[in-house]
Amino acid sequence: MKVLVPVKRAIDYNVKVRVKPDNSGVDLNNVKMAINPFCEIAVEEAIRLKEKGDATEVVVVSIGEKAVQEQIRTGLALGADRGIHIETEAGVSLDSLQVAKLLKKVVEAESPDLVILGKQSIDSDNNQTGQMLAALTGMPQGTFASELKIENGKAVVTREIDGGLQTVELDLPAVVTTDLRLNEPRYASLPNIMKAKRKPIDVQSAGDLGVDLSSKVKFIKVTPPPQRQGGIKVASVEELVDKLKNEAKVIS
Amino acid sequence: MTVLVYAEHDNEVLKPETNKLVTAAKAVGDDVTVLVAGQQCEAVAQAAAKLSGINKVILANDAVYGHQLPENIADLVVSLASGYTHIFAAATTTGKNFMPRVAALLDVAQISDIIAVESADTFVRPIYAGNAIATVQSSDSVKVVTVRASAFDAVSDDGNAEIETIDNAIKSEKSRFLNAELTESERPELTAADVIISGGRGMQNGENFALLNGIADKLGAAIGASRAAVDAGFVPNDMQVGQTGKIVAPDLYIAVGISGAIQHLAGMKDSKVIVAINKDEEAPIFQVADYGLVGDLFEVLPQLESSL
Ligand SMILES: Cc1cc2nc3c(=O)[nH]c(=O)nc-3n(C[C@H](O)[C@H](O)[C@H](O)COP(=O)(O)OP(=O)(O)OC[C@H]3O[C@@H](n4cnc5c(N)ncnc54)[C@H](O)[C@@H]3O)c2cc1C
Ligand SMILES: Nc1ncnc2c1ncn2[C@@H]1O[C@H](COP(=O)(O)O)[C@@H](O)[C@H]1O
Repeated sequence: MKVLVPVKRAIDYNVKVRVKPDNSGVDLNNVKMAINPFCEIAVEEAIRLKEKGDATEVVVVSIGEKAVQEQIRTGLALGADRGIHIETEAGVSLDSLQVAKLLKKVVEAESPDLVILGKQSIDSDNNQTGQMLAALTGMPQGTFASELKIENGKAVVTREIDGGLQTVELDLPAVVTTDLRLNEPRYASLPNIMKAKRKPIDVQSAGDLGVDLSSKVKFIKVTPPPQRQGGIKVASVEELVDKLKNEAKVIS
Repeated sequence: MTVLVYAEHDNEVLKPETNKLVTAAKAVGDDVTVLVAGQQCEAVAQAAAKLSGINKVILANDAVYGHQLPENIADLVVSLASGYTHIFAAATTTGKNFMPRVAALLDVAQISDIIAVESADTFVRPIYAGNAIATVQSSDSVKVVTVRASAFDAVSDDGNAEIETIDNAIKSEKSRFLNAELTESERPELTAADVIISGGRGMQNGENFALLNGIADKLGAAIGASRAAVDAGFVPNDMQVGQTGKIVAPDLYIAVGISGAIQHLAGMKDSKVIVAINKDEEAPIFQVADYGLVGDLFEVLPQLESSL
């Protein structure tokens, strides 16, 4: 079984972003970038499938500028076998629909049995790509997975939903997207980081894949969120209850 | 403008998110149709017909829609899409699951998790865990949009629209529902509650969450949690508030033993009044709290319960 894992380069989750003064976007200059946390969970899950003997090969793919090769290397250091880089021109930013269309081309070329993506990028907060890829390729989907098992040639996926948990069974090939509790990703060891440098990355140009890369969604402006007024510290429970009753009037 | 709104429900009751979705839909146009897809969900369609100011309800009542499997629901919505300029669903785990499929099958982008409608083609949405607010304009022929319900007011239930039943069962053979483990609770749902009290890692274990019960009873509150509390197994996943959990905006949010990481703040900082109880006076949660109480939660919570 071959597993394909799309990974995205995104701002490190510890960084507090700042909006540019001209409201054209957020300032990413000299900001620490990393593999999107949900993608790291996806890579980890694929590697565990390989360790269990369910998967035979794990391929990571990332779409973006040259710098995304760093995140492909991270995936390789965690244990993926090889990488694919779909290179876009500097400054181009893609919608999830375009990403999904490019990934569809990769799926057609690689014929994976399973595609594991993150449920959401922590920059765009889109939560779309996996579902779109599933629709475009006609695959069934198991989103927001907290457990994934391969049984009798099917994927059994437990999903985190608003009311609790739901389990579905999917024919392969299938698309799965990861939630936080699917696993805890390992740290790459130094020898594995060294080994990853020798693993192959196949670079292809996004423009050559026959996908319309123009976006129909325009960012008009990006602004900072409204700031909350700084509050006060209360000295006791009595004072707190008094404030809530008589000042904020949110309890009676 | 013609808007198709996807009703949020559990086959028995119409969820209040739907009333809020209709408000968002009416901000783009007057012609609003509500689609109820489910199994044995006539009561839901009856409730939807009362949503104020809508044109009509379409009811697709079939076993294939019982568990809201995204493959089936997306195909149903796509089969109904022509004639609508906008398709709206709530940014719940149901909406987030099938709507991107709808968008992809219609070959358009999806605008996720909007908090305001500027015009029929321009929407406002948070990005970067709410640390930036983007205004985006779409030139797609159909706008496929998920809506953060907590950002909109609810329409009332004084309408009387007609219900059109359709016989349109589309089933994918590739996925099957196996089972669900739903959390049973007498308390209000997190996304609908006026008051929420949430516990974090500072609660130390699941048993200690009982300290929140008495307070929640007295305030009619829902109980939430941070990711750390869920990851540690103190409470179930559906209690997680945050960037990647539930987004809430109650009148009163009480954070207990929660440090205030940006991912948690993303889920609750639009609450009207925030209270933080934390023993570390430097905890970032105090920067967003209207009322902060520095103290040990194991002393504070019993006092709070008895003084309410
Ligand atoms: C991709 C990603 C997504 C995430 N999504 C979410 C999300 O949706 N929601 C979310 O909440 N987090 C999310 N997180 C996690 C987030 O970064 C924090 O790790 C998490 O919110 C911390 O939870 P906490 O505040 O309970 O724990 P901690 O940060 O450990 O804080 C515990 C607090 O309890 C206080 N405390 C301890 N004992 C007591 C006591 N006896 N009395 C009073 N106070 C006490 C401490 O002073 C401390 O401030 C996400 C992280 C990532 C990487
Ligand atoms: N540029 C990209 N390259 C590779 N994978 C991506 C890219 N963008 C998104 N993805 C995948 O899609 C998931 C969800 O992203 P999104 O729909 O943008 O929230 C991510 O966690 C990745 O697995």
